[in-house]
Amino acid sequence: MTTVPLHRLAHARAGDKGNRLNLSLIAHDRVHYDHLAAQVTEAKVLARFAHRGATAVRRYDLPNLGAFNFVVEDVLQGGVNGALNLDGHGKSLSFHLLGLEVDALA
Amino acid sequence: MAQTLLRIGCGSGFSGDRLDAPGPVVDALIAAGGPAALMLEVLGERTLALAQRERLTRPEAGFEPALVALLRPILARCAQHGIPIVTNGGAANPRGAAKAALALARELGLPALRVAIVEGDDIRGSGALADLDPWEGDAGAVLDPGQVIAANVYLGAAPIADALRQGAQLVITGRCSDPALALGPMLAHFGWAEDDWDRLAAGTMAGHLLECGAQVTGGYFADPGTKDVEGMAEIGFPIAEISADGSILITKPAGTGGLVDRRTVTEQLLYELHDPGAYLTPDVILDITNVAITEEAPDRVRVTGARGRPRPPTLKATVSLPGGWLGEGEISYGGPNCRARAELAGRTLQDRLKKLGLESQARIDLIGVVSVFGGDAGVPKGLEDLAPPDIRLRLAVATDDRATAEAAVREVLSLYCCGPAGGGGVRSRVVDRIRTLSFLVPRERLAPRVTLLTLEDAA
Repeated sequence: MTTVPLHRLAHARAGDKGNRLNLSLIAHDRVHYDHLAAQVTEAKVLARFAHRGATAVRRYDLPNLGAFNFVVEDVLQGGVNGALNLDGHGKSLSFHLLGLEVDALA
Repeated sequence: MAQTLLRIGCGSGFSGDRLDAPGPVVDALIAAGGPAALMLEVLGERTLALAQRERLTRPEAGFEPALVALLRPILARCAQHGIPIVTNGGAANPRGAAKAALALARELGLPALRVAIVEGDDIRGSGALADLDPWEGDAGAVLDPGQVIAANVYLGAAPIADALRQGAQLVITGRCSDPALALGPMLAHFGWAEDDWDRLAAGTMAGHLLECGAQVTGGYFADPGTKDVEGMAEIGFPIAEISADGSILITKPAGTGGLVDRRTVTEQLLYELHDPGAYLTPDVILDITNVAITEEAPDRVRVTGARGRPRPPTLKATVSLPGGWLGEGEISYGGPNCRARAELAGRTLQDRLKKLGLESQARIDLIGVVSVFGGDAGVPKGLEDLAPPDIRLRLAVATDDRATAEAAVREVLSLYCCGPAGGGGVRSRVVDRIRTLSFLVPRERLAPRVTLLTLEDAA
C-alpha cells in the first residue's frame, strides 16, 4: 500500500486553550471523508504527538462539514505561558498533523 | 422587534492586528446602508494582565495602547452614519479608554459622542475570588489571592446590548466573551429574548466566525498550491449579514484581498473549539453539530443550523499570576559542517548551564533542523543527517528570577569568543512571564455595570 501525506487530502487549523490543543481537519473533497475517518484515528494522532507529551486525544466527527475536530491533551508543554518552545500556542502544529502519512486513495 | 437585516463588521481580530483594517469594513457598511455595527476585538489573556500591571505605575493607562490609532480613521464616519462601535479595548481600564476616546472625539469635532463603558468583569478584591472552582483544564489548581495580578470574568452580551439601547455610539468593555461583541448589537437590534436559545446560538456562532477578523476571510489560511489566496497585503476583514430569524451570511468588502468560501469558514468555525456539541459561552451553549455551510456566490457564504441550549450557571474567570522569567538567546552557524558546530555549541551551553544548576529548565533548538514541532528533549528521530545551509541555535531557559535568566543568556553571548568557529548574529532577551489559570464563578456573584460618559467626564 502506498502512502501520502495527509496534507494531500485535507487542511487543518490549530487552536489552544491552556495546555490543550484543538486541531480541525477538513477534507479537501468530501468524498474522501470516510477514508479520512478510517485513517486518522485517535490512536494515530496520539502517537503523532507522543514526543510532545500528549496524554489523550478525542476526535469529534462533523460529517455535515466534511470535518473532524481533534482535542489533544497536555501537548503544549505547559501552554503559551509556560512552554520553552518557540511556538507556545502550538499554532504551527496543524502542519505536524498534516505531515502524517496515510494510505493513498484506492 | 426590528426585522431588518443587521450587518456586523469586524475591524480587528486580536491585539496586534493591522491598524488599517477597519477602514474598508466601515466603507462597505456605509455603502450597504441599513443598520450596522462594527466590532474591534483586541484583548488577549496576557494583554489584560500586562494592562493591569501597567496601571499600577500609570493609573490612567491599562487599556489597549492601539485603541486610539484604531479609532482615529473611522470614528467620525461611524458616528455620522449611525454605526456603533463595540470593543473590548478597555482591558484593565475601560474608564481610561473612554477618556482617551472622548478626547479623540473632541479633536475630531464630535464633542457629543456618546461613549458607554461596561465594568464588573474585574473580580480582584471581591468575595468571588475566595470561592472559585478550577475549570476542568486546570483541575487541582490552588489560588493564592496575594499573588493575583488580574482576575477577570468573561461577561456576556447583555450589558453591551443595554449600552446600545441607551444610545451609545461607542461601547468599551473589559473582559467579555469575544462573540458577545457581535451578539450585543444583535440583541439590541432584533430584541431576541434572553432564552431564545437557537437565535442566541446563531448570533454567537456569527460572533465566533467574526472574532478573529481575517481568519475567516483568507487570513491564516494560505498554503501555496493547495489553498491559494490573492491580495494578502490588502486582505478584507469580515462582515456578517444577520437576519431576524438568525440566518447568517459571511462576506467581506468588495475590492479587498482574501476570500470567503466553505474552507475558510469551516476552519474558523472549528477554531479553538473543543466539543462541537457544547461550546460554552456566557450567553448560550452553542451546538454546531448540525451546521451547514453553503457557498451562495463568490465571497458570500451562508451558515445555518446552529442550535442553542440554556446558558451555563457559571462564568469562566481567568486569573493571572507571576510566572517567573524566560531567557532566550540565539546564535547562527552557516556553511560547511555548520550542523556539527551548532550541536557543539549546544553541548557547550548545556555544560555551562549545569554549573548554574539550570540544565533541567532549559531547551535548545536547532532552527533550520527542527524548532517548533519537537519536544524539549532534542531533535526527533529521522532528522539526524539533515544538513541545512545554515542553522540558528536557540537557548530558552525558565527561571524564578531575572538575574538567573540573564546569567543563562549571557552564556550564548559568550559563545562569540569561547564557542565553536564561525558563530554570528547573537540576539537575546529576558522577559517576565505571566501564568494564567481558569476558574468557574457562579453567575449571580457578578454585577456588570453600564455607564454612559460624556466629554465632561473625560476632563
